[in-house]
Amino acid sequence: MSFIAKPKVAHPGLPRNELGLTRRDYEGGMSTLCAGCGHDSITAAVIEACWQMSMRPEQLVKLSGIGCSSKTTAYFVSGGHGFNSVHGRMPSIATGAIAANKDLYYIGVSGDGDTLSIGFGQFAHAMRRNLNMLYLIENNGVYGLTKGQFSASADIGSKAKKGEANLQPPIDPVLAALTLGGTFVARSFSGDKEQLVPLIIAGLKHRGFALIDVLSPCVTFNDHEGSTKSYEFVRDNYEEVVHADFIPPAREITAEYAEGDAMPIALHDGSRVLLRKLDPSYDPTHRGKAFNYLRDKLAQNEFVTGLIYIDESSPEFHDMNGTTTTPVNQLSYQQLSPGSKGLEKILARYR
Amino acid sequence: MQHAPASNSASTDTPDRLNDFVIKLANVNGTGSASANTLLMKSIFRMGIPVMGKNYFPSNIQGLPTWYEIRISRDGYVARSGRIDFMVAMNAETYAKDVREVSPGGYLLYDSTWPRPALLKRDDITIFGVPLARICNETFQGVRARILLKNIVYAGVLGALLDIELDVMRTLLGESYANKKSLLDSNLKALELGYNYAKERFACPLPLKVRRMDKTADHIMIDGNTAAALGCMYAGATVGAWYPITPSTSLMDAFKGFCQKWRIDPETGKRNYVIVQCEDELAAIGAVIGAAWNGARSFTPTSGPGISLMNEFIGLAYYAEVPAVIFDIQRVGPSTGMPTRTQQCDLMLAAYASHGDTRHVLLFPNSPEECFYMAAQSFDLAERLQTPVFVLSDLDIGMNDWMCPTLKWDDEYRPDRGKVLSAEQLEQIEKFYRYLDKDGDAIPYRTLPGTHPKGAYFTRGSGHTQYGGYTEDSTEYQIVLDRLKRKFETAKTLVPKAVIDSRGSTSLAIVSLGSCDGAVREALDLLRHRGVQIDYMRVRAFPFGQEVEDFLAAHSQIFIVEQNRDAQLRALLTLETAVEKSKLHSILHYSGLPISSTAIVAGVLASAPEQRLAVGV
Ligand SMILES: Cc1ncc(C[n+]2csc(CCOP(=O)(O)OP(=O)(O)O)c2C)c(N)n1
Ligand code: SF4
Ligand SMILES: [Mg+2]
Repeated sequence: MSFIAKPKVAHPGLPRNELGLTRRDYEGGMSTLCAGCGHDSITAAVIEACWQMSMRPEQLVKLSGIGCSSKTTAYFVSGGHGFNSVHGRMPSIATGAIAANKDLYYIGVSGDGDTLSIGFGQFAHAMRRNLNMLYLIENNGVYGLTKGQFSASADIGSKAKKGEANLQPPIDPVLAALTLGGTFVARSFSGDKEQLVPLIIAGLKHRGFALIDVLSPCVTFNDHEGSTKSYEFVRDNYEEVVHADFIPPAREITAEYAEGDAMPIALHDGSRVLLRKLDPSYDPTHRGKAFNYLRDKLAQNEFVTGLIYIDESSPEFHDMNGTTTTPVNQLSYQQLSPGSKGLEKILARYR
Repeated sequence: MQHAPASNSASTDTPDRLNDFVIKLANVNGTGSASANTLLMKSIFRMGIPVMGKNYFPSNIQGLPTWYEIRISRDGYVARSGRIDFMVAMNAETYAKDVREVSPGGYLLYDSTWPRPALLKRDDITIFGVPLARICNETFQGVRARILLKNIVYAGVLGALLDIELDVMRTLLGESYANKKSLLDSNLKALELGYNYAKERFACPLPLKVRRMDKTADHIMIDGNTAAALGCMYAGATVGAWYPITPSTSLMDAFKGFCQKWRIDPETGKRNYVIVQCEDELAAIGAVIGAAWNGARSFTPTSGPGISLMNEFIGLAYYAEVPAVIFDIQRVGPSTGMPTRTQQCDLMLAAYASHGDTRHVLLFPNSPEECFYMAAQSFDLAERLQTPVFVLSDLDIGMNDWMCPTLKWDDEYRPDRGKVLSAEQLEQIEKFYRYLDKDGDAIPYRTLPGTHPKGAYFTRGSGHTQYGGYTEDSTEYQIVLDRLKRKFETAKTLVPKAVIDSRGSTSLAIVSLGSCDGAVREALDLLRHRGVQIDYMRVRAFPFGQEVEDFLAAHSQIFIVEQNRDAQLRALLTLETAVEKSKLHSILHYSGLPISSTAIVAGVLASAPEQRLAVGV
């Protein structure tokens, strides 16, 4: 494998966003994943989302652990810094990076192995801290990069390529996030760009920790019959409960919705997510109800997708810390040192 | 005190033990003895007499034995001397052992409210019984108050016996309870009860006593963790991440305390710092690396078990060239070991932490004073060299109160943030490559997220080229790995130099590091007093500079003094310098208690060839 820079050719006809940038400007290096890998579709959705948001590329910080999924941060927005860290420990890198500079967009890309096994502790604690970031799990039920072992998200009875069935119960990141206090909890599918792109935008704009568990089939090790993470199985057992549309600030909600079906949620920058409830009984602002709904559906082998839960009011990491407005990595030395006079005062106690 | 004068015997006009003895206080932990013991030590310090306090405490919250040792040394020696002149035996459980420990001719004070068995008496020491509990029960209300004030009563007794100035003790209590009038009153009362009890019944003062000197002016008493925390604040550290572990916890506690006072935005009341108490050390080091990568000065305090957990990330920071400052306050290993006892047992662990070919910059402070300056310097080194830097302190330095020269800060200081390209610089260059050695010092340029689209690069722990791209090509990989080795050569020129005390000996020398220093200096005085010509080098950093090579080459028999079983400093010297291994003899101390000068003297005398030691031995 090698790192291949994609040639950047700007076709005059390509659509441009508010910054005058084309989708091409949000691309990264050439993917070295298997052809048809779900992860590549997620990469495309991230590129689309960043382009639609008119994000300045250098405003994006891309963090990841280790795995096929974690490699993808090299395949989008090459104008933003990337950090491919160690297996399962991206959340702590994110903690430090966000502590240092609260004014950038942070996207963490992880796998089901990276998040739910080796990194489960860090994942849980990043959520507790309500770090202001978007956390994507590219969930394929296996360890892709180490060639197809079951991961902790493998469903009971799901079969490995060689026929062996998984007997241990899965860890569902969405259920986990609901119990651990996640403030933006979503599930999607790599094959559903229409659902995924607005979720990514909303997740980046959410003030706090936004989790999107994206089912993302591994064509090489987990796309066969008997797998519950294959393209076919996911498509057949996929139920969207709440569709999220992203409405930028100062844009009207134009489409018509039946009363009770649409629910606008204001984000802190003035934009909104408009939730279209496909099941009118569902309430995406009620943690307990959301949890029960998901549990019931899972028992029937149905993957509930969409924006499952949202809470825009909880304090995020820096709110809880009471951090100053200027990112701490930009404070001047004068603001940080009490100087020799200060030292004299401090040391009075030690005489 | 760092530089003890060479005089080591009492001059003829001073009574023998004046300002030169050791008090040991045997207490039960959780009974509030710390404040009384600090009061005694500080009073002597305020009287201008050099003093050192060492706390031997259990890994427990309440009910186990704890000892506090106060060395009063008119000559300024800070190490354990190996003798106990006055024992305050407050713990019935350890009484038998405590009685045995007193040096012949010494003294012992115990609570005579309840009789102690006669068989534990000794004829060669003087024993004072004071009914401390009874005095408190008769005077004070409440169980807790009575237990706490018992300690102040014995402080009063000692005040009278040792001739500690009562006014100084009163003033110190006044400072401690400035805003708590009722507490102050009861403490003053307890102090006087003890003082008067002794005055009335015993021949005060004893020959063992203190008298005002002028040797502590412009000095402070501070522990190494507090001093290191101050150093972090003065270095401009803004992100601290940690997971609690003895003996490092007080470093972050102190940093937090300083930040709450000095790092609050005056207009908004908001914090100019972020402290993250992480879920474990795996996360703490991750947060430090993430923050440093993103341009904040960040650090983590920990101890051996934490370093073990951090290993994988440390290798990433080394290879991806991310600054990080790690304080390892060493404690006794292996495994959980003895968490509240001291050792210098993490040298090898830290020097080569993580898998693959890795080597790290280590600093070895010898005192709280150096903890302060080296803490600040560690950030400059980490950012200049773009690599993890370890400050290897230990429990003895970190948690004990040491007398040291007042810390000074140069207002001209500006952090050395290293080679970080600004937006303007990026605007001007054609293309930025992360790992190119442009200046020939093996240190590349880096950029921070958010600065400029041209500055973006991909940080990875996997194989990378000097341009920053992914690689599995042998040559490309080796170019970067070889440069990292050269970068370590650059580090040699930047780290603090060894401190050398040379008397021109070409044969004998001692090499040591960190908290051994006080004991080594005292041992040098004792040895030189006996006519042994011996030089001394205290290494202050790894990698070792040229001066270390030169010193090793210039001596034929070298004693390496260190506090671990496996002679880790000796191992590091043999691996990383050209020294001939057979020249290096170990003097090892790893009991968990700080090393004493007597152990070093004995070690040198035992193994140095006799012809060289003929003089005076
Ligand atoms: C400490 C450590 N242990 C093991 C590995 C080997 N490893 C690399 S990727 C991986 C699993 C990745 O699975 P997942 O996160 O699901 O990513 P996927 O490849 O499926 O996208 C493992 C076990 C490693 N890199 N580091
Ligand atoms: S092994 Fe699976 S997860 Fe990895 S790139 Fe191939 S298809 Fe994708
Ligand atoms: Mg996977």
